[in-house]
Amino acid sequence: MTWRTTAFGAVVVLVTAGMTAYALSAIAENDRRTSTATAATTTTLAQVEKGPRIVFRHTGRDAEYGHVGAVTLADPGGPRALTDLSCDRVYAQARSVSCLRTERGVVSRYRAIDLAISTSGQAWREVDETDLPGLPSRTRLSPDGRLVSTTVFVNGDSYLASGFSTRTAIRRVGGASYGDLESFKLVVDGHRVAPVDRNIWGITFTDDGRTFYATVATGGRTYLVRGDLAERSLTTVADHVECPSLSPDGTRIAFKEADESGTRWTPAVLDLATGRRTVLAGEVHSIDDQIEWLDDDTVLYGLARQGEPVSDVWALDTSTTATPRVLVPEASSPAVLR
Amino acid sequence: MYLSLSDRPSTDVAPRSAGGRVSRTVVVLGIVSLLTDISSESVSAILPLYLTAVVGLSPVAYGLIDGLYQGVSSLVRIAAGWVADRTDRPQPVALAGYTLSAVARLGLIFAGGFGTISAAISLDRVGKGVRTAPRDAMIAASSDPARLGRSFGVHRALDTIGATLGPLLAFVILWRIADGYDTVLVVSLGFAVLGVATMVCFVPFRTGARTPLVEPGERQRASVETNTVRGRSTLNPRFLRLTGVSGVLALLTVGDGFVYLALLETGGFAVQWFPVLYVGTNLAYLALAVPMGRFADRAGRAKVLVLGHLPLAAAYLCAATGSGALWTTFAAVLLLGVFYAATDGTLAAVAGQLVPATVRASGIATAQTAVALARLVAATGFGLLWYAVGPRVAMLAVCAVLLAAIPAGLAVLRGGRP
Repeated sequence: MTWRTTAFGAVVVLVTAGMTAYALSAIAENDRRTSTATAATTTTLAQVEKGPRIVFRHTGRDAEYGHVGAVTLADPGGPRALTDLSCDRVYAQARSVSCLRTERGVVSRYRAIDLAISTSGQAWREVDETDLPGLPSRTRLSPDGRLVSTTVFVNGDSYLASGFSTRTAIRRVGGASYGDLESFKLVVDGHRVAPVDRNIWGITFTDDGRTFYATVATGGRTYLVRGDLAERSLTTVADHVECPSLSPDGTRIAFKEADESGTRWTPAVLDLATGRRTVLAGEVHSIDDQIEWLDDDTVLYGLARQGEPVSDVWALDTSTTATPRVLVPEASSPAVLR
Repeated sequence: MYLSLSDRPSTDVAPRSAGGRVSRTVVVLGIVSLLTDISSESVSAILPLYLTAVVGLSPVAYGLIDGLYQGVSSLVRIAAGWVADRTDRPQPVALAGYTLSAVARLGLIFAGGFGTISAAISLDRVGKGVRTAPRDAMIAASSDPARLGRSFGVHRALDTIGATLGPLLAFVILWRIADGYDTVLVVSLGFAVLGVATMVCFVPFRTGARTPLVEPGERQRASVETNTVRGRSTLNPRFLRLTGVSGVLALLTVGDGFVYLALLETGGFAVQWFPVLYVGTNLAYLALAVPMGRFADRAGRAKVLVLGHLPLAAAYLCAATGSGALWTTFAAVLLLGVFYAATDGTLAAVAGQLVPATVRASGIATAQTAVALARLVAATGFGLLWYAVGPRVAMLAVCAVLLAAIPAGLAVLRGGRP
C-alpha cells in the first residue's frame, strides 16, 4: 500500500465518521425536539375564539413547530391555543383561514389550503386545496374573507436559469381564480406598458370586494400599484414600496422600504391621501415580512431570531421614534381578528 | 460498470492495454466530479428553501446578484485555462478550483447574512470556473485521440450520476430531519473534501503535462501528443470556425427551463413535477453519454457536435406542438438528454483536439466560454420573444432557425477540412 492509498483511506474514514456523527446527532436532536411538548402555556381554541384575537404560526422548537395558533388580543403573550393545522404562511379573517404549505419530498409540493371558521371554538373546516407553483411567500384574505391572494417564489423560470421570480394569484375562497396577476393590464405613471421582467407580490385587499394594493417590480424599480379585479388592471400610485398592507381605517399603507442594495428593509408607513412617508427607523433589524396592523397606530411583523428557525411577532408604533417590542413570542405570520 | 460496458468491442485486447480501456486518469477525474457534484447539487437543491426558511432572505434579493457571477465564472475559466497552459501543470490548477469550492462549502456553514452567503456562493462559482478547462485538458491528454469522445462520455456520465444523487441525498436528509439544512451543508462539505482527497491522492501532480512523465504506464501518451499538434496557436482557422459554429448554435439553445415551461403551458404535466423533468433529462444524459461518445469517435466528433442539435430542435417541436399529451413531455425530456449527451463532452473533445497541446486548456476554455455566454444571451433574448409572441410561436421560430443553422454549421466545419 502506497502512502497515497493510506492517506486517502484515512481521509475517507475521518470524513465519513464526521458526516455520520453529525447526521446522527442531528437526527437525535430532531427526534427529541419533535417529541417535546411545547413550553408555552396553552388553552383551548374555544377560549380564544370568544373575542378579538391574533392568529399566527407557532415557531417554538417543539412538537407543535409550524402549527397554527391563536392568542387573545387582550393577552397576546399569554396562553395560546394550538391547532393541528401546519403551515409555512397563514392568514385569517373572521370567517376564513388561508394556509400555504410545503409538503417535502423528492418532489416537494406546495399547496394553498382554504379553511372556513363556522362556529367559534369548532375545528376549522377545509373547503378547498390548490397546487402552488413554488415556495410559499405571502398570503392575504379580503376583509369579508371571500378573496384570497397567494405569492410564491418560482425557481428557474427566469431568463437566468438560477434566478428567482414571484407568482401572485387571487382566487375566490373555494372558487374560481382570477389567474396570475402578470396577465393584468399594467399602467406605470399613466402609460400602459408590457415589460418582460415584471414581478408582482404582496397583495392587500380593501373592503369593496374588487380593489387591492400590491407591489410591482420592473426595470429594477418597485412600485405600489392599485389593482382592480373587475377591470383586471394594475395602476401605479407610488414608488419604492414593497409588500403593502392597508391600515384598518383604509387611509395608510404599511410596507417595507429597501435600502440601496435592495437586501435590507425597514418598516415604513405611507399616507395615501397626502403621500407622506414615515420610516419607522426604531427597528434596526432588516424586516422581510408583509406587515399586519394591530390597530390604526401599531404595526406587527415576524422577525427571525439570529441563527435559529424561531421567530417572534414584534409590535411597533407608527412614529419615527418608537421602539419595537415582542408581542407574541415564538410566532410568525400574524393576523389580527378584531 | 461503465468500464466493462464500454470495453465490449475490444475484449480480444489484453486488459489494461492501451486503447481498449478508458484511461485510469479519466475514471478518477470522473469520480472526483461525481463526488464534487453530489456536494454542489445537494446544496443547490435546498438553497431556495434554506435562504427563505432559515436565513430569512428573500430569494428575489439573492437572484439579483446571481446573474453577475455567471459572467465572472466565464472570465475565470479562460484565465485558469491560460495559467494551466503556461505552467504546463493542469493538475494543480484544477485542484485549486476543487479546493476553492470545498472552502466555499465551509464558508456556507458559517455564513449568516446576505453578504457572507453571496460571497460563499461566488467563491464556489469561481472554483467551478477554475477547474473545468484544466480538468478537460487532462482528460484529453490522458486519452487515446481515437477514443476521445468515449473518454469524455465516461467522465460526463460519472459527473451526471453525482448531479442526480446530490438532490436525492438532500431530500432524504430533509425528510428525516425537519430542519436538517445544517446537516445537508455538513454532508456536502464532506463530499467536497472526499473529491479533493481523491484528486490529491490519485491524480498525479504532472497529469496532463507535456514534459515526459515518470510513470511508465503513461509513456505512450507522449507520442500521441505530437500527432495532435496541428497548429501553432489557438487562433488557427479550424478552431475559430468550431468556436463560431458552436457559439451560433448556442445562441439558439434557449435552456431546459423554457422547454419545460412551454410544456407546462400546454398542460403536459402538473406543476409539482417540474423538478422531476430535470432528473429525467439527467438520467437520459448519463445513460447516453458513453454510447454517444463512442458513436462520435466513429462518425466524426465535429459532425455529432453539430447534428446533436437535431434532438434539441425536436424537443422544441414537442414543446411547441404538444397538445397536453404526456408522451410529448417524456419525448422532450429524453430529447434534451440526447442533445446534452451528443454535445457537452463532444465540445471539449473537439476543441481540445483542434488546438496544439501547448494551449489545450485555453482552447477548451475559450470554446466552452463562448457557448456559455451565447446561451446566456439566448435565454435573455428568448424571454423577450416568449412575452412578445407567446410560447408556441417563439418555440417554433427558434426551432426553424436552428434547423436552418445545422446544415450551415456542418458546411462551415467541413470547409475547414484540409
